[in-house]
Amino acid sequence: MEKFQTLNGVAAPMPLVNIDTDMIIPKMFLKSIKRTGFGANLFDEMRFNRDGTEIADFVLNKPQYRNAEILVAGDNFGCGSSREHAPWAIADFGIKCVISTSFADIFYNNCFKNGILPIVLPQDQVDVLMEDAEKGSNARMTVDLEAQKITTSDGQEITFDVDAHKKHCLLEGLDDIGLTLAKKASIDTFEASMQQERPWV
Amino acid sequence: MTAPKTLYDKIWDAHVAHEAEDGTTLLYIDRHLVHEVTSAQAFEGLRMTNRTVHAPDKTIAVPDHNVPTTLDRADPATMTEESRIQVGALDTNAKEFGIHYYPVSDVRQGIVHIVGPEQGWTLPGMTVVCGDSHTATHGAFGALAHGIGTSEVEHVLATQTLIQRKGKNMKVEITGKLKPGVTAKDITMAVIGETGTGGGTGYVIEYTGEAIRDLSMEGRMTVCNMAIEGGARAGLIAPDETTYAYVKGRPHAPKGEQWDAALAWWKTLFTDEDAVFDKVVTLKGEDISPVVTWGTSPEDVLPITGVVPAPESFEGGKVDAVKRSIAYMGLEVGQKLTDIEIDTVFIGSCTNGRIEDLRAAAEVLKGKKIKEGMRAMIVPGSGLVRAQAEEEGLAQIFKDAGFEWRMAGCSMCLAMNPDQLAENERCASTSNRNFEGRQGYKGRTHLVSPGMAAAAAITGRLTDVRDLM
Repeated sequence: MEKFQTLNGVAAPMPLVNIDTDMIIPKMFLKSIKRTGFGANLFDEMRFNRDGTEIADFVLNKPQYRNAEILVAGDNFGCGSSREHAPWAIADFGIKCVISTSFADIFYNNCFKNGILPIVLPQDQVDVLMEDAEKGSNARMTVDLEAQKITTSDGQEITFDVDAHKKHCLLEGLDDIGLTLAKKASIDTFEASMQQERPWV
Repeated sequence: MTAPKTLYDKIWDAHVAHEAEDGTTLLYIDRHLVHEVTSAQAFEGLRMTNRTVHAPDKTIAVPDHNVPTTLDRADPATMTEESRIQVGALDTNAKEFGIHYYPVSDVRQGIVHIVGPEQGWTLPGMTVVCGDSHTATHGAFGALAHGIGTSEVEHVLATQTLIQRKGKNMKVEITGKLKPGVTAKDITMAVIGETGTGGGTGYVIEYTGEAIRDLSMEGRMTVCNMAIEGGARAGLIAPDETTYAYVKGRPHAPKGEQWDAALAWWKTLFTDEDAVFDKVVTLKGEDISPVVTWGTSPEDVLPITGVVPAPESFEGGKVDAVKRSIAYMGLEVGQKLTDIEIDTVFIGSCTNGRIEDLRAAAEVLKGKKIKEGMRAMIVPGSGLVRAQAEEEGLAQIFKDAGFEWRMAGCSMCLAMNPDQLAENERCASTSNRNFEGRQGYKGRTHLVSPGMAAAAAITGRLTDVRDLM
């Protein structure tokens, strides 16, 4: 997995609440058996007309946000399905950090597996960042994972919380499965005891 | 004496294979269900790293999302090239890695969350995961069950564990009795209407109370299925005699001495008196009406007797979201919900594709015809549900009424197969999500119970099922 350490980039504002996984990547694009190539259809129905032309007033179609690497979004971002195609599409588009007041649980976890940092902040701080994002491409934010700190374009600093284990994996780009297999002895011991206690499983 | 525990605490504690000092836990997984859309990349990941499936005996696969539901589906031409590849990949992966498999041609094939319980794979006290958010369904058995992403699917395949932090405990109590015409679907939607789609985020919900106890296993699965729509990863209902009676005799349920041992353990799976919940929501069963969604979020729930609400009656970011929803849905503020005309009815899905749901629809449809021009389909949740409905004479009632009687699959719930809404078509649907575009590009979805869907098919508009009873 790609490491996430420090990011300096343009933030796109998407204040809509309850942005769901069907909006992020509609189901007709879930038929690929690969993990790549989903960025072209990120936010497909909000971003494109039926004939494939762009919807001009959608935020990521605006010239100043076409290369956005950060998304500042409304509450409950990523609700709905467990489809990892949603973070795959976000990462493939080039967005590496999403900031909101809350995320749906499965989506939140999926982000960390794909080098994306989801940041949860209180409403007043998201409001500050939303306002900063609305300034366009001259206003670049900095997200420093090690220091757990966001710096706005005018130098305002906001700190954030992140689970220590998830932070470690993201900073180092670590493969979860490798880490778990290192604990295989514990899993084997557990399985052996289960075979005694709950053999019907 | 140990501290009192919730049901969630007990199941969690029984599955901790490893716990780090910071609380990061390797949770052992008893059953891993797999379908075609979220697994191909995970199996490919195993191949690329020379890893194997740790416990193929605990891994069960069935194609459901993509499969056509038309009667001619044995013909490969009924699927798009991409769908054929995706289902074909599952065929190959199941064979190569030696996991249990129900191919499309098997009568037991169906929606993964209907097949699991039906075959006795899902048992009380288990941990169950699947690369699908509606895995919450299995919580009806008192199993800790939730959806995971594809990277986690790969992790479970390789290690039979998940890296987890424990969630918080939430209790949703439904007291008293339900009124006639009110179903499990109305309960679960009414709860989301109360808590919002983010209200359960970070929690595992335990549903309790007389109205929940009175539900059949089918009804309990409907309730837990939509826990995820309330933001909770998992919903739970403590096992009881209803659960044991459902499980007993299923192909993969324990038998003989093992049954006795299992039953003894299952009987310890309840929330201790004095156990503490971090959040409690209580609804009175008799206060719940048949409900319907008017907007594009499952929290946009109102009794069928209501009207389309004004955006200004909401707060914060929801005001703009409601404006957007009302425009998308083509509705007017103040419009009576029973005046909303529909052109499509879909009865099925992992929420409402079980035999009891079909019986409820048949009861309303018996001897009646659907409105002229209405497109109405019933998609049973599994081949076995379909067979049972035919045996009970329900299929004939549906066909006589003018419904299409389909083969099993996810179908128009997420419209990955050809069963889709066209632009601006409006559907009364027994599924679980009314998101923009969910059932087809620019399609409009109103979530309802099976009886309400059947009633709408007859009248051509959203209808209070109690008027037809």
